[in-house]
Amino acid sequence: MKYLEEYRDAEVILRLAEQIRAATTRPWRIMEICGGQTNSILRAGLLQLLPSSLELIHGPGCPVCVTPERCIDQAIAIAFREDAVLCTFGDMLRVPGSDQSLLGARAAGGHVQMVTSPLDALQLAIREPSKQVVFFAVGFETTAPTTAVALKRAQVTGVENFSVLLAHVRVPPALEALLGEESRAIDGLLAAGHVCTVMGTRQYDSVAERFELPIVVTGFEPVDILRGVLRCVQMLEQGEHRVANEYRRVVNTGGNPVAQALVDEVFEVVDLPWRGLGTIVEGGLRLRSAFASYDAARLAIGPALSAGGPERAARATLCKSGLVLAGKIRPTECPAFGKQCTPRSPLGAPMVSSEGACAAYFKHAPKGDAAQP
Amino acid sequence: MCLAIPGRVVRLLAAELPTAEVAFGSIVKPICVALVPEVQVGDFVLAHVGFAITRLDEGEAARTLAALGELGDLGVLNGEAAP
Repeated sequence: MKYLEEYRDAEVILRLAEQIRAATTRPWRIMEICGGQTNSILRAGLLQLLPSSLELIHGPGCPVCVTPERCIDQAIAIAFREDAVLCTFGDMLRVPGSDQSLLGARAAGGHVQMVTSPLDALQLAIREPSKQVVFFAVGFETTAPTTAVALKRAQVTGVENFSVLLAHVRVPPALEALLGEESRAIDGLLAAGHVCTVMGTRQYDSVAERFELPIVVTGFEPVDILRGVLRCVQMLEQGEHRVANEYRRVVNTGGNPVAQALVDEVFEVVDLPWRGLGTIVEGGLRLRSAFASYDAARLAIGPALSAGGPERAARATLCKSGLVLAGKIRPTECPAFGKQCTPRSPLGAPMVSSEGACAAYFKHAPKGDAAQP
Repeated sequence: MCLAIPGRVVRLLAAELPTAEVAFGSIVKPICVALVPEVQVGDFVLAHVGFAITRLDEGEAARTLAALGELGDLGVLNGEAAP
């Protein structure tokens, strides 16, 4: 049965690729916005199946990649406090801050604890009342509700030694920034299916209308991605500027109202610099005043917050992650790709994040490419 | 980090925060269901960083789990970086 499934999938993939080829009569550029989708595309070799007139661009769909550098510096400063423990998702450990990564900080004696859920951090705070336990809250709209649950729980149970270093970012404002550029090179969008399970699809309606382009909510398996691409091409060929849902079995227009209400209760929208992309208006979240006492930023003091030395300046010149995140170049077009920048010694975030485009190309690029280690 | 994995609710736990035991293939983990309070035993949910974020259709869940299993992605449940 298993092989039959695989075979059917391969058949379906080839058939979809054929349909895409047949439907494409003009050159189109479609941006996909989910790091998980980028990975899936590379892993399954989907780029090779698409007609040459169709360009699939990778967008800033990696929350780890766009977490402001300063937030990492703050996290490290907290980790070096005697009285504190910095809890973080594993994904953030290797991302370079101005000076070093959290992994480097841990090696130097910093208190860095890997967690797989914000509730792990809350549990630690309850177990260690003498420590300031800080949760490094990274992630898109998919993750913000989980941080909100942890914060409300802390408030209800009176846990005072728990706080969050907020780095939650909101995708639609970043998209609007990219789409609003004069030299915009994006004709259609594939929106991230899992984010939409929480936020629904309605948030994209105004984006599609205002910027006059099709937005197709897409899953992350190869078959789902090709279905999304096909629908997007069909809409482009017809000049349709609206949101379509090609992940209907998981996503509905309204999303998860319980999650949305919680986010609204705990957070408010704020302008935020996205690493590599500059300040995104309304691109982030901050705590509402009722939860202000849970803001860990006040704990981030000390030498780790220096702007970094000449090494950082050199890295900043070489690293083109901003261009990669904005879809302006492919990772392989960065001069440092695979040379000065590898997953083991990354110049920026996309080469080290599991959802980063640079890491995906490094791992999955076809043989004969510079990517081969 | 976008990654959300489908699993089947096998037991609702009596805990202060709404929690369920969720089976991802052969791995069973406690998952907070505060975001999907209406969930029942037998339902399929999409789990992200230890939380169920939505319920989903059984057929789709089974299909996605099979695909993830083949690609070795279930390791992320134990904190491993995605392959």
